Amino acid sequence: MNITATLLAQIVAFVLLIWFVNKFLWGPLNGMLEARQKRIADGLAAAEKGKHELELAEKRATDALKHAKTQAAEILALAEKRGSEIVEEAKGKAREEGERIMASATAEIEQEVNRAKEEIRGKVAEISVAAAAKIIGREVDAKAHDKLIKDLATQI
Amino acid sequence: MSADNSGGGTVAYIQHHLTNLCVGDCDPVTHQATGFWAFHLDTIFFSTLLAALIVVVSWRLGRSLQADVPSGFQNFVETIVEFVSQQVKDTFPGHNPIIAPLALTIFVWVWLMNFMDLIPVDLLPLMASWMGIGYLKVVPTTDLSTTLAMSLTVFALIVYYSIKVKGLGGYAKMFLFHPFGKFFVPVNIVMTLIEELAKPLSLALRLFGNLFAGELVFLLIALIGGTMAVGLGAAFWLPLQVLLDLGWLIFHLLVITLQAFIFMVLTIVYLGMAHTSDDDH
Repeated sequence: MNITATLLAQIVAFVLLIWFVNKFLWGPLNGMLEARQKRIADGLAAAEKGKHELELAEKRATDALKHAKTQAAEILALAEKRGSEIVEEAKGKAREEGERIMASATAEIEQEVNRAKEEIRGKVAEISVAAAAKIIGREVDAKAHDKLIKDLATQI
Repeated sequence: MSADNSGGGTVAYIQHHLTNLCVGDCDPVTHQATGFWAFHLDTIFFSTLLAALIVVVSWRLGRSLQADVPSGFQNFVETIVEFVSQQVKDTFPGHNPIIAPLALTIFVWVWLMNFMDLIPVDLLPLMASWMGIGYLKVVPTTDLSTTLAMSLTVFALIVYYSIKVKGLGGYAKMFLFHPFGKFFVPVNIVMTLIEELAKPLSLALRLFGNLFAGELVFLLIALIGGTMAVGLGAAFWLPLQVLLDLGWLIFHLLVITLQAFIFMVLTIVYLGMAHTSDDDH
């Protein structure tokens, strides 16, 4: 088992093989692997970024929704308030109107009553005069006893 | 290794299998190398063949890389590459673009050369004998030349990067003051020298020893049914041989992977040590 010139041949073969493997296998393959690694890392980063953006968008959407809801609630409350105000106003007006109608009706009734009273007074006076005339037997001059009749009428 | 054929067929069989196809300064009888200028053609052939396999496969794969949806084979290669890359990242401090391809080459090439061990021991030599080739040792890593070639290349890189990172002075300082401080300079030089030389030697001898022993065990198992028993005994010995062979095959599959892995990791570790400034020593 001597050391022979085979050793030199093997060294040459070994060195050439290293050179070749480096140039044609390791170089391209490692470059490709590194590129792939980078691409995967980039992809993951992009995915992460997208996820983050999605989260932001979701948050924004939720905010907008919340805002819209509060706004809607506010508008609703305002409308309700306005509605009840209108109702109240209408109620007040109606009450006023009713009172007014009531007052005018009362006044009319009173007027009617007064008028009726006046009429009754006039009639009573007439009847009294007529009755007096009958009792006395002669015609009572209404004009002459105008003062008397009037007093009578007021007394009734 | 002496050419003692007195043990009969068994020893001759084993020795025949452990003899390289030698060209150059070779003994014409024993076919062992007698001088430096001897070439083990089988070792060179099979290691180059496997290197060529790596070259062709990686060249074809490197040209048709799919970044988006990798196909089955690319997935397989990516797994190996990422495994090696992870080992380098875990073990190697700093950054050096040559370490990872070096480790990948070692792992794949050593594994493939080791894998030749799993091919039935007599198959390829038999086929070679049909073509008139008398000797064939198919596992390149059972030849010390191969393992030493790789470990010496690694050693050269260790020395180169040690000097590059620490500077010539720093590297010399490591030899002068390394284990015991400045009062034991001669001891230090010897110790560090041994330590440094042990790196390539242990790398080469570990791989060589494991694979050589593995090959030897395969040969012994092959002998059970082949040479030891002829006749009725074969009914017992042949199933035993198959069983043992299968067991050793499965175990050896682990061994060859482990040895390739160890060679790779130690290379990374040694080069990592070369890249660290030894200020803490």
